[in-house]
Amino acid sequence: MSEAFLKVEGVSKVYPTRQGEIFAVDDVSLGLPEHGFMSLLGPSGCGKSTLLLMSAGLISRTAGTIVICGNPVERPYTDLGIVFQDANLLDWRRVIDNLLIQAEFRGLDKARLRDHGLKLLHMVGLAGYEHHYPHELSGGMRQRVSICRALVHDPPLLLMDEPFGALDALTRDQLNLDLQEIWMESRKTILFVTHSITEAVFLSDTVIVMTPQPGRVGAVVDIDLPRPREFAIRETPAFGSYTKQIRGLFETWGVLTDRGVRTTAVKRREAD
Amino acid sequence: MASGIDRATDDMKWLAERLRVGDWFYPTATIIALVVLWDVSIRVFAIRSFILPSPAEVYQSLVRDWGMLFPNLLYTVYEILGGFFLSVVIGVGLAVAIVSWRPIEKSLYPILVGTQVIPKVAIAPLFVIWFGFGIEPKIFIAFLIAFFPMVISTAVGLRSVEIEKLYLARSMGASAFQAFYKIKLPHAMPSVFAGLKLAITGAVIGAIVGEFIGADKGMGRVLLEANGEMETDVLFAGIALLSITGVILFLIIDGLERVVVRWHVSQRIREQPIP
Repeated sequence: MSEAFLKVEGVSKVYPTRQGEIFAVDDVSLGLPEHGFMSLLGPSGCGKSTLLLMSAGLISRTAGTIVICGNPVERPYTDLGIVFQDANLLDWRRVIDNLLIQAEFRGLDKARLRDHGLKLLHMVGLAGYEHHYPHELSGGMRQRVSICRALVHDPPLLLMDEPFGALDALTRDQLNLDLQEIWMESRKTILFVTHSITEAVFLSDTVIVMTPQPGRVGAVVDIDLPRPREFAIRETPAFGSYTKQIRGLFETWGVLTDRGVRTTAVKRREAD
Repeated sequence: MASGIDRATDDMKWLAERLRVGDWFYPTATIIALVVLWDVSIRVFAIRSFILPSPAEVYQSLVRDWGMLFPNLLYTVYEILGGFFLSVVIGVGLAVAIVSWRPIEKSLYPILVGTQVIPKVAIAPLFVIWFGFGIEPKIFIAFLIAFFPMVISTAVGLRSVEIEKLYLARSMGASAFQAFYKIKLPHAMPSVFAGLKLAITGAVIGAIVGEFIGADKGMGRVLLEANGEMETDVLFAGIALLSITGVILFLIIDGLERVVVRWHVSQRIREQPIP
């Protein structure tokens, strides 16, 4: 494998508490190749969001090194776009002005960014909404705007922290498809945090399956499915074997159990 | 037939909505009802004028004594606005300092809360000793009452910004000042306006309290004198004028809020559930 675009080596994050030190992230190493799509998959509290924030240089790490495109990350890294679970739009700005805040903070040419922004809005199906206020949009539309904002300055790297976690299932499916299209067209490198097995398998080249508390890399699963992927791919045996494999890992670690189902079955048999 | 009446009713409703009749109709109707009740009670119970003057007498006093009332009102408005603006400038400044530097918060916040326990009316005479009988002690008392809600509201507003928004700003290369100016401050505006509304009503109280302690001008002085002379009609005229002034000042801030934070939830027309 060629030198990774985003390289994480031996990274740990320790929070001191009264009960002693808590490892949020413990000795994680991974390499995300350029133009690659990698998911960090795990249950809540496995440190995947912490890892993403450390990669962006937004919070400090206790140990390890992070290198993006040959640059060691020691302070907030700016040559990237970030999307959080909440769209985090600025309510007092119209849609287009929410994108253009990138130009204002970065000192970029507003006119050029506006053109690109309008193109992006068109691409995600929001043409004609540029002068709306965020509260006039649905949750799914707001998140699309948030994705456009992360892309408008054309960064090579996109960090996404459970971006579709708060959306309804149908909107989520649609945005999965849209994101794949954006990714294939723009050739961004994407690090994607999620707790949905299906979403991770559907979108990624590589799924990093994380163990819960402390967050470690439990398994690296390469997803070898043809692109572009359509919804129907989720019903194929190949797709099913990936999700089954990952579910199996979570069962081994005790994240998922079918204990409840089994006791119910036993009780029913006894009742008979 | 019925449809014609229905249509007429619909037209009325439409007109009422366009004129936002609900906004002023209900309060005006209530006030008129109260004034009528007031007038009727005086007649029915034969209440004497120096105990409770009739609405007509109060109105007559307003017209007759306008030349005396108005300059005094103007003077009190100066005091109110002086205290108010002082509280806005110092209150917002202090709030910014409190949310920006932990040590300032730790050293100032407890004192700030502590001073609120001191009844400001009780220490008001002290300001007369310090600042004399001029306009300064009145402005100072108005400021003291107005400034606490200003600091607290602004600080709460500035604090309520989601951490993710600040992360985003940092990842876009925003400086601390840019993040403050373009994200934190606009985000805090609804809270700031809540503080402004409390501050202006507080400043009105402060100015009158200041004049009660010792003044040769202002509405507080007029009220005290009218009280001493048993000129209850003048007293009522003064109170009415002060109330109207307070309402107008409040409405100015309310209108400003509608313009500045029209994006906020509180400013939207929402469909109410059927009760």
